[in-house]
Amino acid sequence: MSRAVFPPTGCVWPRNESARLRVGVAMRTLAAVIGGYVLASLAAALLGTMLPMDRVDAVMTGTMVALLVLPGAVMWSFAARSAARAWAGLAVPTAVLGAVFAFRWMAA
Amino acid sequence: MKEGFRQSMAWLHTWSGLLVGWVLFLVFVAGTASYFRDEITLWMKPELHQAQHPDVPPEVAAGHAVALLQQRAADSPRWFITMPTEREPGVRVSWANPPGVKPKNGRGRFSSAMLEPATGAEISEARETRGGEFFYRLHFDLHYMPAIWARWIVGVCAMFMLVAILSGIVTHRRIFKDFFTFRPKKGQRSWLDAHNATAVLALPFHLMITYTGLLTLMFMYFPAGVQAVYRGDQETFFAEMFPSGGDRNAKPSGEAAPLAAVGPMVAEARAHWGGAPVGRITVNNPNDARATVAITRQIGQATPSMSYNTPTVIFDGPSGRQSKTIGDEPSGAAETRGVLYGLHIARFSSPFLRGLFFLSGIAGCLMVATGVLLWAVKERQKYAKAIAKGGRAGFGVRLVDGLNVAAIGGLPIAFAAYFWANRLLPVGLEARADVEIRWFFIAWAVAAVAGLAWPTRRLWQLLLTVGGTLLATIPLLNAATTATHLGVTLPSGQWAVAGFDLVVCALGLSLLWAAWFVGRRAAKKAAAPRPAPAVGGEMAEGVR
Repeated sequence: MSRAVFPPTGCVWPRNESARLRVGVAMRTLAAVIGGYVLASLAAALLGTMLPMDRVDAVMTGTMVALLVLPGAVMWSFAARSAARAWAGLAVPTAVLGAVFAFRWMAA
Repeated sequence: MKEGFRQSMAWLHTWSGLLVGWVLFLVFVAGTASYFRDEITLWMKPELHQAQHPDVPPEVAAGHAVALLQQRAADSPRWFITMPTEREPGVRVSWANPPGVKPKNGRGRFSSAMLEPATGAEISEARETRGGEFFYRLHFDLHYMPAIWARWIVGVCAMFMLVAILSGIVTHRRIFKDFFTFRPKKGQRSWLDAHNATAVLALPFHLMITYTGLLTLMFMYFPAGVQAVYRGDQETFFAEMFPSGGDRNAKPSGEAAPLAAVGPMVAEARAHWGGAPVGRITVNNPNDARATVAITRQIGQATPSMSYNTPTVIFDGPSGRQSKTIGDEPSGAAETRGVLYGLHIARFSSPFLRGLFFLSGIAGCLMVATGVLLWAVKERQKYAKAIAKGGRAGFGVRLVDGLNVAAIGGLPIAFAAYFWANRLLPVGLEARADVEIRWFFIAWAVAAVAGLAWPTRRLWQLLLTVGGTLLATIPLLNAATTATHLGVTLPSGQWAVAGFDLVVCALGLSLLWAAWFVGRRAAKKAAAPRPAPAVGGEMAEGVR
């Protein structure tokens, strides 16, 4: 594969190269910070409600895992080939976890 | 995609590290110093240097503490007794002031006193100082701002750090080899090697300390789990998390009943833990018919556990009978969290292990420092031609240069100023502890302003020399202001005081060596200007 310009943008609209680069970084940063935090929080909440242990232990375990989900999501956001893929890669698991969580919340 | 992945992770490593590098440097330095919080506090209270501390049975020490509390605070709703440790030989008693009582030497709701464990005599108050406690708080509460803001700032920076470490690991092609590689006097290449060496050398420590640091405040940073499961009822969560046996909020009956002797309770609790020492004794509603005595195990060298969780034995106050035990068999999750928390605080460690923690912390400081320096060195080369023609580097480089001098050059001076203030300020000065801290920040501010205004090699040399000299002469300062100088403390084996003198002096000498090195390079450069060394390195390729 030819050498990619990093960070690749995945955004086509700004014409000028450096502006495109900046927008790409900004989109990825947003994905990393907001998407990553939401995903990590959902992981903590879902593990807290679903793990087969005392609720206090489940919450502790879930929150300890969330501390690792966030940096993982950040790394993904900057490793993905484009900013759009970075967003998609976080949106899909967030949607799945969110749906499961919402379902359980309403059922409870 | 392999090449692209490494490049993108190198980019992420660079920026996540650089953006918060200077806060991280402060947090690392303050945290590293906090491993010797008790020893720093002792050094800063020379009035206590010569105190003798014979071994006293804990039952006796606890008895003295209760006697003083009966005399001073018989009507208090709660007493606390902190038993002596190897590192803090006094018994600390404190008590909640009864409603409506405002003591003259107590802070707010609590009053306290320090006792000699053998005799029960009150230890005469030493000079007023925050000692090592200041660094401990600075590590996560910063200063001059509400603690809650500071904890969020430090937490966000720690998360950047975790991202920087993880992305730094995956960018390495040959992590094991880098550990043994140092090519000195090669400009950027040397900075890269130094950064790699300090990072890889103590990598398990860096990973552990960053993750566990976030873990200490994880329920604040990620409240989602507690919110979802307890539906916002934090109080119930914390009551389940830290069970106290329900005695913490017990109301007094109003019926007076004398408290049973505490000594036998201490002995019984110790026996229950297989002889492990007692840490803290809490007496709820003393001298009431519903009084309870909660005895928690000590966290320290003599306790066979790395966990920060403390098992507790609860006694009925009037009868002195054991009523229940808590935390003898913590769940897997609680113990995992407890051990991770314990690893961060390192209170369990022996002096040798504590020394290793300290050295790893120093490696962390150097890792952060060489990281931010490396960025400036690398970035400046883009402007090599402009600088050769008498121009200036870009704003980014100048800003980073300034912040580097301010943080790395300035912080040692601030630490030194704090220690010097401790000895030079009059002992009876009003608000003395706050003035010491003000010296810390004034010294740092002066150095930082100078650094931001003139981020030059000369200023590096000047600041390193000032900081190094002030720290290296600490043993002389101690000798001039106390009777417990190295000539006394070394032969008599007072390792806490002697160790402080020696370690701080060694750090000062290292800074002086760095200043000499910077000066020599400056002289060489002036004599023979040579082209900038070639750009290279695994982490530099293709990274902009």
